[in-house]
Amino acid sequence: MTAVSVRNVWKEYDGRIVLEQVSLEVEPHSFIALVGPSGCGKSTFLRMLLSAETPTKGDILFEGERLPGEPTADRGVVFQRYSVFPHLTVLENVVLGKEFAASPLLGKLFGKARKRAREEAAEILTAVGLGDFLHLYPSQLSGGMQQRLAIAQALIKRPKILLLDEPFGALDPGIRAEIHVLMLKLWRETRMTVFMVTHDLSEAFHLGTRVIAFDRPRNRPEERDRYGATITHDLAVWPPKYPVSDTHIASGGTTRLLDELEALPGRPGVGH
Amino acid sequence: MDRAGGRPAVMRKRMINVYPTRGAALFLAALPFLLLLLAYLAGSAARLADNPDDKLLPSFASIGAGFARMAFEADPRTGDVLLWVDTAASLARLLAGLAIATVMAGVFGIAIGLVPFVRTTFNGFVAVIAMIPPLAILPILFIIFGLGETSKVALIVIGVAPVVMRDMILRVDEMPRELMVKAQTLGASTWQIALRVVVPQMMPRLIDSVRLSLCSAWLFLIAAEAIASQSGLGYRIFLLRRYLAMDTILPYVAWITLLAFALDFGLRRLQGKAFPWFAQGRT
Ligand SMILES: Nc1ncnc2c1ncn2[C@@H]1O[C@H](COP(=O)(O)OP(=O)(O)OP(=O)(O)O)[C@@H](O)[C@H]1O
Ligand SMILES: [Mg+2]
Repeated sequence: MTAVSVRNVWKEYDGRIVLEQVSLEVEPHSFIALVGPSGCGKSTFLRMLLSAETPTKGDILFEGERLPGEPTADRGVVFQRYSVFPHLTVLENVVLGKEFAASPLLGKLFGKARKRAREEAAEILTAVGLGDFLHLYPSQLSGGMQQRLAIAQALIKRPKILLLDEPFGALDPGIRAEIHVLMLKLWRETRMTVFMVTHDLSEAFHLGTRVIAFDRPRNRPEERDRYGATITHDLAVWPPKYPVSDTHIASGGTTRLLDELEALPGRPGVGH
Repeated sequence: MDRAGGRPAVMRKRMINVYPTRGAALFLAALPFLLLLLAYLAGSAARLADNPDDKLLPSFASIGAGFARMAFEADPRTGDVLLWVDTAASLARLLAGLAIATVMAGVFGIAIGLVPFVRTTFNGFVAVIAMIPPLAILPILFIIFGLGETSKVALIVIGVAPVVMRDMILRVDEMPRELMVKAQTLGASTWQIALRVVVPQMMPRLIDSVRLSLCSAWLFLIAAEAIASQSGLGYRIFLLRRYLAMDTILPYVAWITLLAFALDFGLRRLQGKAFPWFAQGRT
């Protein structure tokens, strides 16, 4: 049984084809890393998985059922920016998910229920290393802390799928390595399926069980509107159960994909 | 410091990077006021030297006396101390009008901004209604509501609400799409999103919007009072105009300005106190 099944999905914006013929079968508890040049439609693909955008053609199935037409609580998300609510403190940001579920009318908990929800939220926040910052506002946090907050906020809903759009792009290498460890731990414990967009190939191979590359097979200027990007590489990361370390990154599979991606025409940021 | 490049010893910064010291800042901020005061004093002295009975630019002494007469002495005809009676009447109208306008604008603005069905129904309507010059329908308000308080409050509401409402719609539009999606992935219903995400984020912006419309609220108030009223600051200055009583009109205008400034200041403080995250996020 597959967790997510993407069947021949196309996406057009005003007649401009962005994605075409995207098909993908994803096992439950996969960690899918999505890579590809800027503007090829990775975020668009993620937004479709989230139902924040609908495919122009094709279907996306989740556990055998067509995706609902709007975002739901079983699919969590961390965007690159604007992922947390600026008017709520760290703790309130995480409690919010509980309050929505438990209090349809006011969206707010009181008394014992409130205390319990706050304790659970504080626990998750401690797990992501924000236990000492419960009463700060997001604007008082660094970029890395905000992203960890966003992850905690998504996790309290115990989503079956977690979608991450360049979640760690703005972080320095030290914090990034810390969050990687945390992310893998959470992924193992929660057994959710993760889709993560990243521009960092070593991150993709470090975290992913499978690395999917999007690109435009035809990318001459006159072709750009008529042909979209599609999946050009689909690599299982080997070995499947890897240790939480960087050693495997130098493995053959990684370098091969790196070479292939470098060789692709029209990749921005790559010299000839 | 490296002067090997042959630059002058004192490096001149760009204008945009040069700030006055504390003392200089205080002086500079006071300067325009002082200049205006000086210009008035000179003009007043010159006219009074020419004609001691001149009413146009009264001396500070007679302005002070005029203010004291209005603020501390009971009016011989009614027995009221006029300045306070007028202030109470005007503020009651202004605050009632502003409160109703703010609530209306907040509720409808957010509903229109958030719910596509409400938006398609009312967006065009609000855009057209907002274009009606409020003073043009003042006569209609007098006919419908009579010359009492209702018509004056209604004028302020009609003048202020559409502008604030349109601003609210724009502010809701401005909210990052990501936040709306995020709230939905946390399982929020439309009502919960409105209550816990949109309304709290709009409150400080609503205060900004109301602050900007204070000026037009005063305009509508004074216009309504000038045309049909028995009390109020606007009524008084238009009444005093008949006697060319500049010595009381001028302190009244200064008093109105002070009230408007205090209201604006109060709202700004309220915003900072009640929504600390807003000011922090802006810098
Ligand atoms: N709402 C929209 N309306 C019109 N065009 C859009 C819209 N959203 C995305 N696009 C277009 O779709 C293409 C893919 O955008 P997308 O944001 O998915 O790229 P991406 O792969 O995430 O790029 P990056 O790596 O830079 O984030 C771009 O050419 C973009 O201009
Ligand atoms: Mg993107």
